[in-house]
Amino acid sequence: MYHDDYSEKLFSRRAFVIGGLQLCGLVILGVRLAWLQIAQGKRYKMLSDKNRINIKILPPPRGEIVDRFGVPLAVNNQTYRVLIIPEQTDNIEKSLRALQSVIYVEEEHIDRILKEASKTAKFIPLRIKEGLSWGDVARVEVRLPDLPGIFIDVGDIRSYPYRDATAHIVGYVRAASKEDLEDNDPVLRLPGFRIGKTGIEKVYDKEMRGRPGAAEVEVNVVGREVRELKRKDPLFGSRVTLSIDGELQRITQEVLSEHISASAVVMDAYSGAIYAMASYPAFDPNAFVRGLTKEEWAVISEDPTHPQTNKAVSGQYPPGSTFKMISALAGLEKGTITRDTLIFCPGHYEYGKSRYHCWKRGGHGYVNLEKALQESCDTFFYEMAVEVGINAIADMARRFGLGDTLGLELGGERSGLIPDEAWKKKTMGVSWYPGETIISSIGQGNVLTTPLQLAVMTARMVNGGIGVKPWITGYVGEEYLERRDWDKIDVNPKHLALVRSGMDRVVNNRKGTAYSSRIDIEGMEMGGKTGTSQVQRITAEQRRLGIKNEDLPWRQRHHALFVGYAPISDPRYVCAVVVEHGIGGSTAAAPIAKILLEQTQRRDPAGTQMQPEIIDKDKKESKTRLEDFSGQNNQELEKPSFTIPPKKPKMQGQSLMQDFAPAPAPTQKTVNKIEGIYND
Amino acid sequence: MQSMFRENDLGIAHKFARINWGLVLLIFCLAGIGIASLYSAAGGSFDPWASRQLVRFGVGVIGMFIIAMMDIRWWYKLTWPIYFIGIIMLVFVEAKGHVGMGAQRWIDLGFIHLQPSELMKIAVIMALARHFHGLSPEQVRRIQYLVVPALVVCAPVGLVLLQPDLGTSLMIVMAGAGMVFIAGAPLRLFIGSAILTMISVPIIWQFLRDYQKQRVMTFINPESDPLGAGYHITQSKIAIGSGGVEGKGFMQGTQSHLNFLPEKQTDFIFTLWVEEWGLFGGLFLLSLIFLIFAIGFGIAMRCRHTFGRYLALGMSLNFSLYVFINISMVMGLIPVVGAPLPLVSYGGTSMLAALIGFGLMMSCSIHRHSKVTR
Repeated sequence: MYHDDYSEKLFSRRAFVIGGLQLCGLVILGVRLAWLQIAQGKRYKMLSDKNRINIKILPPPRGEIVDRFGVPLAVNNQTYRVLIIPEQTDNIEKSLRALQSVIYVEEEHIDRILKEASKTAKFIPLRIKEGLSWGDVARVEVRLPDLPGIFIDVGDIRSYPYRDATAHIVGYVRAASKEDLEDNDPVLRLPGFRIGKTGIEKVYDKEMRGRPGAAEVEVNVVGREVRELKRKDPLFGSRVTLSIDGELQRITQEVLSEHISASAVVMDAYSGAIYAMASYPAFDPNAFVRGLTKEEWAVISEDPTHPQTNKAVSGQYPPGSTFKMISALAGLEKGTITRDTLIFCPGHYEYGKSRYHCWKRGGHGYVNLEKALQESCDTFFYEMAVEVGINAIADMARRFGLGDTLGLELGGERSGLIPDEAWKKKTMGVSWYPGETIISSIGQGNVLTTPLQLAVMTARMVNGGIGVKPWITGYVGEEYLERRDWDKIDVNPKHLALVRSGMDRVVNNRKGTAYSSRIDIEGMEMGGKTGTSQVQRITAEQRRLGIKNEDLPWRQRHHALFVGYAPISDPRYVCAVVVEHGIGGSTAAAPIAKILLEQTQRRDPAGTQMQPEIIDKDKKESKTRLEDFSGQNNQELEKPSFTIPPKKPKMQGQSLMQDFAPAPAPTQKTVNKIEGIYND
Repeated sequence: MQSMFRENDLGIAHKFARINWGLVLLIFCLAGIGIASLYSAAGGSFDPWASRQLVRFGVGVIGMFIIAMMDIRWWYKLTWPIYFIGIIMLVFVEAKGHVGMGAQRWIDLGFIHLQPSELMKIAVIMALARHFHGLSPEQVRRIQYLVVPALVVCAPVGLVLLQPDLGTSLMIVMAGAGMVFIAGAPLRLFIGSAILTMISVPIIWQFLRDYQKQRVMTFINPESDPLGAGYHITQSKIAIGSGGVEGKGFMQGTQSHLNFLPEKQTDFIFTLWVEEWGLFGGLFLLSLIFLIFAIGFGIAMRCRHTFGRYLALGMSLNFSLYVFINISMVMGLIPVVGAPLPLVSYGGTSMLAALIGFGLMMSCSIHRHSKVTR
């Protein structure tokens, strides 16, 4: 038998069960339909006839970005804007044209809105124009009956009070691009909603964005709100607290602006906190928020000094003489030199057939290490380096954070380059030759570093070999991101002390290369090292003719560098300054470092603790912004004026200490240090 | 008596006469409702939806007849190749999706965006029907004969989950479970699986990461997303309810036309229909569906070979899964999953899949006396 009885019966039973379930399902659907249409029919009919239910999206206020003292670096200002809801008009273009007869609307806006309207859901309002004047608001309000679908509301616009001074750190927000919209967050489709495109705005975009709320409102046939049915308040985005000192940042930017192109970093020697990091020229991020015109964009994008680049992390320069400490430490570690080794400098060094010049034509005579650093004698390092070898120098450089990125959360870091024998074999396929060691020892040749790396190198030198890494974000909301637990690097503290003594003499010895830039205030003295790095070789011809570097075109002039720390007694702050084509480290870079380190010590950012966002549960739920018509709060961005604070006697620091709780002391050493500053 | 002999070679005319014309009529009615609603949705215009839907339906119906005329033994033999082609297409969209950055669930065939996962449901049902064909009830009760069905279901489910499309994978699982049930697997298996699922869900939940939990929560409770699905359901309920018993009349639906319903031409087509045609229209549509179930049931019962019985009932089951999920969703009975109403909703693949399913069902009917050997 093909079908036996049993299987026949089994199939029938099961098929009946399936059929029964199908029937049940249909009955349930029918009952539900009847319930909706009969029992609830009246209610729904009323809802649909007299009033329509509309949904109003409540945009979340973006989290602010503040500096370590809570001073805002990025805030939300309110702006009047004119919007259109496509579903409330029969003809979008007609409405827009009608609006055009009332206020000035650029033709490109019209095109953009028509394009957007065809792509988004009809109930989502589209932004036509922002930053309306009072006059425009009044004109539109009066003509509103003739402008179907169009309405005016108050919205947030991001504003950066420090303008170009914080442009590279804070970044800016812009309207979401097509690729961003693929991330299906509905908030991206809100009118005028912007997302972080660069800097901290980009890194913590998600955290600062918050979550939109929504209100279900009944609107009558002409679109007027009758009442609110349901409401879900938006969630504020998190506030981001940076380690930056906004005022110090502004001062830094201001000081750098005396040159054509320059960058600087001020950092905590023990924690790695960045207090200021500037790159000049910069740009005004507020212009990016409102949208650049073609001309403005052309000016920025075609500027040969690259205003959009943060040179403090992505500018790579030969470190010049600021590299000599590394060479010295390598020599000390290998035992090639000691504190007392004397080398004679006749003004040049002969190796093979080549002659390597010291910067001082007549030579320095007999020099030891400290004096060689103090006067930046090249010959001392040429002779020592030949014996030490490039691999030992490169190894030492890497321990100090050179030659690789340091993991700053801001991104955009370049790795620089620390050449050695293996690198040359790999990239060029030929062997290293000793002449390269000679020029590498004074930070020339293939050696490349970024200003950030130089600051980290200096920090590790003056903090007793703690392997700090840079960071810039203290808190995201309540989340604590500060890092302090760094491992020690492998280096002899005695050698570090010797090098530091040399750096002290660079600034504070009458014959030091940066003596004219010393900080002449007791307890605030700085130490450091100048550097002047060649962009191109000085030819024998130029040497013979005595052509001065400042006579060359800007592009061919030397870079000016300075790395410094302060105070010399117990270093707390480090800084690195690079002036592109600034000709001389001692003339161009050291004076900047002097201002920065003096200002840093006066402001003493390390003496304050960053505060997390105090999350007030009531404040977190924002009131609707759309109803918030309370006066125009569109204040003119005030530009903080540049005034270097008056010299304060040291005791005034103590009143500062009462305002801000002292920093948690990571090590015994820093505790001593803080007391050292305030209690002596 | 006819049943005493096997008819393995039927002439075209004979086959044509055996087509279940009642079923064809019902299919035309459902498609007609769809096209009328699409015409209304576009504000009284064949453009952009109704005209294209009409063309697709025309092409699909021809395909359905061809499938129906083809000998059931052919389909029996082609089952595994079809299944593996389906798997290859799923792998292909997965790979292409990776290259193209983003969840792409379809293959562009020019006239239609083909979603392999929809066709895969049919292939799974065919494969299970073929597997159980000729197994004795005693064999089906043994666990080793359920290994192949488990693999047949799990492979496409895994691939569809990768897309990621939880809704479709659940539908494949349900269709597969239905087939195993039809084939006579012991009831304790189903009870056991249900208990196991209930136990394992909280345990798996523990291991999920926060963002995964969030995703599942949004899936289960779309009302938590006030701008998305929750809004649609509220609007859909208002539209349905305001239709009342008699409806607002053809082309008179206010809610749907005022664009409160963003997906009115696809998933929410039922809403538009009952807003305009009221409870009468809704019950009429449900009656059509009931008759289709009844015909499917009849075909399965009259079929003389197990393959055909399982296949016919399986296709009916598949159709009903779509119907229940879609209609309960738009009436706010279950979370939003994004399933179309077959034959009625605008969409090429769902139309094609439904017509293929009915074609196979008809083939079972036409060739009900064929002898299908293993």
